[in-house]
Amino acid sequence: MAWFSQFGTIVVMQGFNGLSVFSVLLLMALGLAIIFGQMGVINMAHGEFLTIGAYTTYVLSVLTQKYVPGLQPVYFFVAILVSFAIAFGIGYLVEWLLIRHLYRRPLDTLLATWGLSLAMQQTFRSVFGSEEVSPELPNWLMGSLEPMPGLDIPINGLMVMVVTVVLTGTLLLFLYKSQWGVKVRATTQNRVMAGAIGINTSKVDRLTFALGCGIAGIAGAAFTTIGSTGPTSGSLYIVDTFLTVVFGGAQSLFGTIASAFSIAEVGSTMEFFLSGSMAKVLTLSAVIVILMIRPQGLFAVKVRR
Amino acid sequence: MTHSFDDDTRDVPPAEQAMVSPTRRKISLGLATLPFMLMSRPSLGATLPTAKVNTTGLAITDTTVTVGQLHSATGTMAISETGSIRAERLAIDQINASGGILGRQIKIIQEDGASDWPTFAEKAKKLLENDHVATVFGCWTSASRKAVLPVFEKDNGLLYYPTFYEGLEQSKNVFYTGQEATQQVLAGLNWVAKEKKAKTFYLVGSDYIWPRTSNKIARKHIENVLKGEVVGEEYYPLGNTQFGSLINKIKLKKPDVIFADVVGGSNVAFYKQLKAAGVTGDKQTLLTISVTEDELLGIGGENFEGFYSCMKYFQSLDNEANQKFVAAFKAKYGADAVIGDVTQAAYLGPWLWKMAVEKAQSFDVDKVVAASPGIEFKDAPEGYVKIHPNHHLWSNTLVGEGQKDGQFKVVYKSELIEPNPFPKGYQ
Repeated sequence: MAWFSQFGTIVVMQGFNGLSVFSVLLLMALGLAIIFGQMGVINMAHGEFLTIGAYTTYVLSVLTQKYVPGLQPVYFFVAILVSFAIAFGIGYLVEWLLIRHLYRRPLDTLLATWGLSLAMQQTFRSVFGSEEVSPELPNWLMGSLEPMPGLDIPINGLMVMVVTVVLTGTLLLFLYKSQWGVKVRATTQNRVMAGAIGINTSKVDRLTFALGCGIAGIAGAAFTTIGSTGPTSGSLYIVDTFLTVVFGGAQSLFGTIASAFSIAEVGSTMEFFLSGSMAKVLTLSAVIVILMIRPQGLFAVKVRR
Repeated sequence: MTHSFDDDTRDVPPAEQAMVSPTRRKISLGLATLPFMLMSRPSLGATLPTAKVNTTGLAITDTTVTVGQLHSATGTMAISETGSIRAERLAIDQINASGGILGRQIKIIQEDGASDWPTFAEKAKKLLENDHVATVFGCWTSASRKAVLPVFEKDNGLLYYPTFYEGLEQSKNVFYTGQEATQQVLAGLNWVAKEKKAKTFYLVGSDYIWPRTSNKIARKHIENVLKGEVVGEEYYPLGNTQFGSLINKIKLKKPDVIFADVVGGSNVAFYKQLKAAGVTGDKQTLLTISVTEDELLGIGGENFEGFYSCMKYFQSLDNEANQKFVAAFKAKYGADAVIGDVTQAAYLGPWLWKMAVEKAQSFDVDKVVAASPGIEFKDAPEGYVKIHPNHHLWSNTLVGEGQKDGQFKVVYKSELIEPNPFPKGYQ
């Protein structure tokens, strides 16, 4: 019986782990789903926008400790908002300076954003130093909930989950229920016609790109609770991010959600029964095979370019 | 001025550093010199003409000797290698301030390996064949060392390598100032078996040569010598950020000890997620060979509190030589700078080279190599070390308990351990 209850807690914790990996994947893929999925821009610098969010959190944690230590338990929420704002702003600038000149040249975008990502990494290194830093996180965020002995639910995992759910919901509302969303979808589906009926497509592009970057910033802030903060931290996520978006079907936000869910669940289940490296190999192979059979990804949306 | 992002000396070339804060630099040099005043000998330059101390065409004049420094100042590995760059510079400044080597001041040519192994080989070639440097202090990863090794052997150069590594290597042209794997791993396992009565072990590592070799040694030792049991052995790809499944597996197996050699960004994710899953120092014994003070900057002391790390040096080490070293390091690089195991090992390089050159009364590589075995550095920051004929160092191994402030409390110090890069029965 003791063995059984132990087995039960492991199943619960493992189930939670799958959901937690799912929210991490989804959170980092959301921004890219907009930029790559909706706009078709292969943004290799997406990871660095995550890093911006992480460093923003770090700077705020230092400032909070120095000037208003009393607010330490809640600064994290402010950090999420500020991370969004800063990443959004930088994304806006980048689109204006770089991306807008390259819309008709997707392969050049790949090179340009790859260069941008290297430049950003070196900038982080020059400004913050090459060593990793550790934002002082509120204590309540770092522990675990223990509803029964032996069953530990990580609070930071819950936090990432909440952020993901709220963000995904907001984004879906925006895309499908707002004026702006209609314009974005119109621009994605038929740019020329959208322009012809009076939509300012270049403005829509700029805002869309900036929004994607802002979301990456939020993800970066949330990931400081579970991962590292250093000049190259964001690049740890970039491969999985692209994988999730491409697997889901580039144009479909629901596809991204479904793909994040399946990759996370399959991956974490296999990790439990096999070794970590082997699980990764098998997950990637499965994705490759499925993409060979279904190159458009899990969910495809008809678009006309 | 309390945090790293406004530390004005960070990542600024030394020449500019001097411009940024000349006073701080002067003070630090002055301070740094103090402990070494007694060690410096009267200048020998007058009595030893260059033609005599340099018969192989190295870059040496009557007043200067040029050395190379080859680390990654940019790219992924800059995180780790910055400490080594700093420590070697500090040692060289101190040696210069105390009169140099054989009356000659050391000049440094710094090259950037840029975290790219072919670049390391290319720059090594440049240092040896164009610049004719007398010695090189450099490399950090085993991959970069393996890349430059053929160059050093072909051009008969000299390399001081600071990182603790997997062993299984010995070259006439390289001195290894860090520990090889058996020195680091065995003492730690013995301690945990005796002190914590550990019988079952779970081995976790990043998936590349160093963790795999170290864990292999650990497994043999656990099974054959300690008569314990390895209940799990797992590797995750470099850069992996999700350890939830692994942590659940560990919980299921309930090992007495988690033995970890995870590195890089993964390392931070691993400890943050362990803590979040309720696996903390008061409930679970964890022994690692990949966490120094440098890593704790990223991990955060609160996430490593109560876990154990096995190294030959900790910044908190309580001896006079170390206190002076730490003070000089902080005076030069800021009060927030931390010193990890490899940083200290990098600091040994220039000093060991100086001792060998002075013993050989020559800068010639062959003579320096011949003079090196048996050289003792009695008051190194880590304590006593001695160069073994196999070019590694005799050293003590320490076990440190992680503290909330990002430092370690030394809880165990081993006897002096003989380096054994090709351990029999462990391969």
